[in-house]
Amino acid sequence: MMNDVRYMAPSTLDEAAGALAAANGAGRILAGGTDLLVQMRAGVVSPGVIIDVKKIAEMTTIEAVGGGFRIGAAVSGAVVGEHAALRQAWPGVVEAINLIGSKQIQGRASAGGNLCNASPAADSVPALVAAAATVTIHGPKGRREVPVEKIHAGPGRTTLERGEIVVSFTLPPRAPGSADAYLRLIPRTEMDIAVVGCGVNLTVQGGTCTSARVGLGAVAPTVLLVEDAAQALIGSRLDDKALDAAAAACRAVCKPINDKRGTIAYRTKIAGVLLKRATAIALERAGRH
Amino acid sequence: MSNGSYKWIGTRPNRPDGADKVTGRARFGADFNMPGQLIGKVLRSPHAHARIRSIDTSAAAALPGVKAVVTAQDFPDQPNVVVPTGEMQVNLRDVTRNVMAREKALYEGHAVAAVAATTEAVARQALALIKVDYEVLPHVIDVEAAMKDDAPVLHDHLITEGVKPAPDKASNIAKRMDNVKGDVEAGFRQAEVVIERRYATQPVHQGYIEPHATLASAAEDGQVQIWSTTQGHFQVRGFCSRLLGVEASQIRVTPSEIGGGFGGKTVVYLEPVAMRLSQKTGKPVKMVMSREEVFRASGPAPGGTVAVKIGARRDGRIVAAECTVALQAGAFPGSPLGPACWTSFACYDIDNIKVVGFDVVSNRPKVAAYRAPGAPISAWAVESTLDILAQELGMDPIDLRLKNAAKKGTKTSYGPTFDTIGFVETLEAVKSSAHYRSPVKPGMARGVAAGFWFNVGADSSAAAHVAEDGTVTVISGNPDIGGSRASLALMAAEELGVDYDKVRPVIADTSSIGFNFVTGGSRVTFATGLAVVNSVKDMIRELKVRAAKTWKVDPEAVVWENGHARPAGSNVGEFEPLSLADLAASAGRTGGPINGHAQLNAQGAGPGFGVHVVDLAVDRDTGIVTIDRYTAAQDVGTAIHPSYVEGQLQGGVVQGVGWALNEEYIYNAKGKLDNPGFLDYRMPVASDLPMIETILVEVPNPHHPYGVRGVGEVPIVPPLAAVGNAVARATGVRMTDLPMSPPRLSAALDAATPRMAAE
Repeated sequence: MMNDVRYMAPSTLDEAAGALAAANGAGRILAGGTDLLVQMRAGVVSPGVIIDVKKIAEMTTIEAVGGGFRIGAAVSGAVVGEHAALRQAWPGVVEAINLIGSKQIQGRASAGGNLCNASPAADSVPALVAAAATVTIHGPKGRREVPVEKIHAGPGRTTLERGEIVVSFTLPPRAPGSADAYLRLIPRTEMDIAVVGCGVNLTVQGGTCTSARVGLGAVAPTVLLVEDAAQALIGSRLDDKALDAAAAACRAVCKPINDKRGTIAYRTKIAGVLLKRATAIALERAGRH
Repeated sequence: MSNGSYKWIGTRPNRPDGADKVTGRARFGADFNMPGQLIGKVLRSPHAHARIRSIDTSAAAALPGVKAVVTAQDFPDQPNVVVPTGEMQVNLRDVTRNVMAREKALYEGHAVAAVAATTEAVARQALALIKVDYEVLPHVIDVEAAMKDDAPVLHDHLITEGVKPAPDKASNIAKRMDNVKGDVEAGFRQAEVVIERRYATQPVHQGYIEPHATLASAAEDGQVQIWSTTQGHFQVRGFCSRLLGVEASQIRVTPSEIGGGFGGKTVVYLEPVAMRLSQKTGKPVKMVMSREEVFRASGPAPGGTVAVKIGARRDGRIVAAECTVALQAGAFPGSPLGPACWTSFACYDIDNIKVVGFDVVSNRPKVAAYRAPGAPISAWAVESTLDILAQELGMDPIDLRLKNAAKKGTKTSYGPTFDTIGFVETLEAVKSSAHYRSPVKPGMARGVAAGFWFNVGADSSAAAHVAEDGTVTVISGNPDIGGSRASLALMAAEELGVDYDKVRPVIADTSSIGFNFVTGGSRVTFATGLAVVNSVKDMIRELKVRAAKTWKVDPEAVVWENGHARPAGSNVGEFEPLSLADLAASAGRTGGPINGHAQLNAQGAGPGFGVHVVDLAVDRDTGIVTIDRYTAAQDVGTAIHPSYVEGQLQGGVVQGVGWALNEEYIYNAKGKLDNPGFLDYRMPVASDLPMIETILVEVPNPHHPYGVRGVGEVPIVPPLAAVGNAVARATGVRMTDLPMSPPRLSAALDAATPRMAAE
């Protein structure tokens, strides 16, 4: 607790990844700092070196690429929320990122930080999973691209290797009739952590759901991609029967815990409720496209 | 409705402390520092219940930078003596054990040692070097479990008080209290409808934003100065004096601005420890609690169980009422059991009442006062039961309460007979309000509940000084927790007939004004207000003497009007009126400085009554309650500064809604608190609530020159049941146990409608 902390703000990823690898586990990436600084103050972590990535352009910009988007991992929630084209194409992803923390926190907090903090209740992650987002990772051995759902290994743990940094998220191009939505349940109206979070991403053509992905948070050690729920929706007209089946699929994958934020029974029930509600919102949005 | 003749009372000027608070200039507890100060930190028990075999502080004391380590050995033991601390009573033997555990650690977070070091980091390191040898004992957290015969007993000497014959073995039941009016058995025989239910509430924290903080500086000659965030610096002085055997006059306590207290800052935690560390080191010692420490170690309000039985005639007349209240006192005896029992049926004129109360210890932090201590717990039960009765009788809930309302002349179950009170007026005000007359929106339901608080008077001192330019300083000794400086200045300006901005209210330290009892019990605007008014009257008496000297007439021939001395009549002579400034300018020639003083034990605090109405919706799938509209009406006596009266009502509602919906202490199987922070201890956030509407019903208190009644506590009493009654009417499910959090309400709704649960 009396350690000196070294701070650096490199302008290239190679430099950042090199420093992180060299820190031998004592390095921490600083984007918004809304988790890191709180953990440091609480004595949960005491890093030897803090590597601020906000000077790395690739990590702090949003680009339209190949019909989709590339979102720098350190872009703040507030900046994501102000991006009109992104909001238009991926309203669910944007609303999920905008639910991280309070208004003040939004000015700092990033989706990359939210992912790497590896909380099963991270708000942005179920929406990014539903969106089929991929993550660009830069490390000492170069770059790799992985689906976002492969990053979490368990509460507080990721699959990132030593020296690896999450650089950006890539969202794919949108087919006509596509939309997404994210809902979370919290006991209050804000300043809280998801008891359950659910992201739904749909394509609807002629009233029939032609593709779907469902991400579910806070009901298992990692955020889940619920393929059975998606299968229940695909090919249906999103009628009550399909929604009931998808909700049941969501409940079936839940492996939650009883804790101060909710009971096993409650979380399991709410997973189904949110699936139905988020699907309804996504469907309504898809109809507008 | 204020008396139209007032110039200042009833107006809404800026508060005297407002600019400092919005600019950040105001100094709160943690803002006080002295050169050379040390940082004090407390080592806390990781166990809910453990015997302390030994404490080895040698390694900590040897750490460079550590200047002192204290344990219970550094505090003399105290006699079994009960002293008042505001609305509650404490035993000095227990206080010293709560400040520093002696034979046993009685809750997780109980202080067992403390260090003073040159930096916080060294202090933390030192804590880790203190070796405490604990014998972990079985623990008990909940009140009903603690009352069982086989429960682990916290205090081997604790024999239940109030039971005859006295039990021959120790238990966790510290006290039984009985309270009877009339004959309930005969009453229930007349009843045509009897409703009986059992309720439970969880302990809730006062949730003040500012954690406890203090700075103590003990000098070589034995004098001590303490700066503290407290609701009662005279109580800090008193406790430190008794706990450390230092004469009261040697200790000077200065209160900081206070970031909320709600009753929780009427007791001491850090001050005696910082003072002892300062005595041992000869250096100032600063101590600030973390939020986690506040939750683990400072007093919540108790949780409890209440069983209620109410019998009525079909026309709504209540003929008998009975309740049994069991409250968690925490680790030491002394829950607000009396107020919980006495307030239970105080709103109603009922011939036959029986109330039984139990004060029960368990392995939780010792409870402290919290806004109308005890009253919300019994009101939750009684007002919910009345709502069931109203539904059963098909009566409007306001009409049922009007039918039974206490009035002037109603004798309470606990003794006193009410003088002029405004419960009927408050019920009528709600009944004719825009909110109550509006139709309930589709998907919503409406709940109503009432509440009562005695309000308190007690000891206050005040002084008024005229400066050489004729402006006025009003000095009193109660920390300003709810806008009292503004109210005191308004009363002084009104009494004196000068402008509000010519009166500067100041809160003096314990050596600069006479004794003042705590800021609590909703007493300050009433009792200290009375002292201020009397000090101004004393000053006016002196001003008339000075005018008489100037005019060479008798003082009786001078009147004081609109801030000027005037001849009492034309027969006195033709004299130009003398202003305060005139009299101040000539003071040196007429007898020196012009001051007024007053000290009193204020009697006749007027009780207050509140009636709340809430419209809300329940999401049946999730159990989430959304409050759409909320109106709080209250008999406020005279609203001296209406904005701060409204603020009190609104704040009480918010805290009551939190109590109703989400706030609870979550303990794990080892008796450790799992949610010691604002993230998972869920007080309402601003977006959870609509703007709270208020109706100020002004029925002046005949025992105060401006009709003041305390207003700060009543508003936390009705919300629990108002919300519960609306939830019951929205869903058909009557929740008896708090909080009505989404998982609990959802489970209750599912249990009531099995089809939904299966879906």
